[in-house]
Amino acid sequence: MGVVRTTPSKWAVRIGNAYVDLFRNVPLLVQMFLWYFVLPELLPEAAGTWMKQMPPPWGSFVPAVLCLGIYTSVRVAEQVRAGIQSLPLGQRMAGTAVGLTLPQTYRYVLLPMAYRIILPPLTSEFLNIIKNSSVALTIGLMELTARTRSMQEFSFQVFEAFTAATLLYVLVNIVVVFGMRRLETALQVPGYIGSGDAPQVLR
Amino acid sequence: MFTGFDFDVIERSLPYLFREGMVFTLTLTGLAMAGGIVFGTLLAMMRVSSAKPLAQVAGAYVNLMRSVPLVLVIFWFFFLVPWIGQWITGSSQPIRVGAFLSSAITFTLFEAAYYCEIMRAGIQSIPRGQVSAAYALGLNYRQTMARIVLPQALRNMLPVLLTQTIILFQDTSLVYVISATDFLGAAAKIANRDGRLVEMYLFAAVVYFVISYAASSYVRWLQQRIAVIR
Repeated sequence: MGVVRTTPSKWAVRIGNAYVDLFRNVPLLVQMFLWYFVLPELLPEAAGTWMKQMPPPWGSFVPAVLCLGIYTSVRVAEQVRAGIQSLPLGQRMAGTAVGLTLPQTYRYVLLPMAYRIILPPLTSEFLNIIKNSSVALTIGLMELTARTRSMQEFSFQVFEAFTAATLLYVLVNIVVVFGMRRLETALQVPGYIGSGDAPQVLR
Repeated sequence: MFTGFDFDVIERSLPYLFREGMVFTLTLTGLAMAGGIVFGTLLAMMRVSSAKPLAQVAGAYVNLMRSVPLVLVIFWFFFLVPWIGQWITGSSQPIRVGAFLSSAITFTLFEAAYYCEIMRAGIQSIPRGQVSAAYALGLNYRQTMARIVLPQALRNMLPVLLTQTIILFQDTSLVYVISATDFLGAAAKIANRDGRLVEMYLFAAVVYFVISYAASSYVRWLQQRIAVIR
């Protein structure tokens, strides 16, 4: 979608913008409900029943994955667009001038550069999707926060349960930040200051 | 697709949705924004201060808040606030705290971490020479901050602060997990009572979309206006 929004075609840009506006202006929790409760009702009868009758973990897992995937795709689209637009216009022109078609220009010239530039903000998105996955507990998916909650209700050990969950989240965060930092240095474009526009966690 | 779509249930529940739900959501957003910006600015001043321990404490707080999910923080405070209240007032039992007060405290403290990062970027965008110049004129730290640095930082960061507030507005829907009656909570209650999930959730999505879209268009417009003046 980020690529679509930088193409010369006006209609493609409009569709890309509409997609981003739509999924960015509705809260994640509401989107979660839409995928879980509303979508099966709006689909044709057979598909809807099939969605509702998926065995336990998948019944809420699939909507949660769809929801988080699309929600994150919008943010990534913004980053990719910013990355492509930060490249000098000459690169695109040079690409087409040496006889590459537009898809080839994106494939071999623009995107390899853009992805390397936007890697730091993508790290934040990676961290966000881990945190956002906790919203899936509202549709009955037993992820980390939901397990914590049931553990606390089961044993009344409120603080132990929540401390454990907090530590786990912090740990996962540190691992991700560390891994992405390694990736960033490995892929850094020589001559660029390796800084994204989003403030980084744990820097 | 829309056969059997019951618009009547939306119409019947409008007063409840807006008078109870939306008022809750907007009050919570407003309180958390005001509290979050004040507390966040203080944190940002701590983070950029030359006193190492202060900077470290603020940094640890911000990083911790930013690495745990909001849902978990809401649960934390929902169970923790009564105990803190007991400790402060010195009563023998945990005090009773409603969902609203609990979530207001949660969102203020949680969003403060995010506002802090924005304000820190704002403060650091002010040229160092201005601070030196202020000290050279004989202003003390408080005067330099209050008269020179913060007004400019606030103004430069206004669009970002407002964007964060829109995110905050959307995030308040998460108080659903402690069964508070915000806009989404109200919609969910009616949806479950009348068995009208499709209508109510779609309507909630449309309302959130309209408000957030209008607000973000305003921010975009404001950004252009401010950019011209600078």
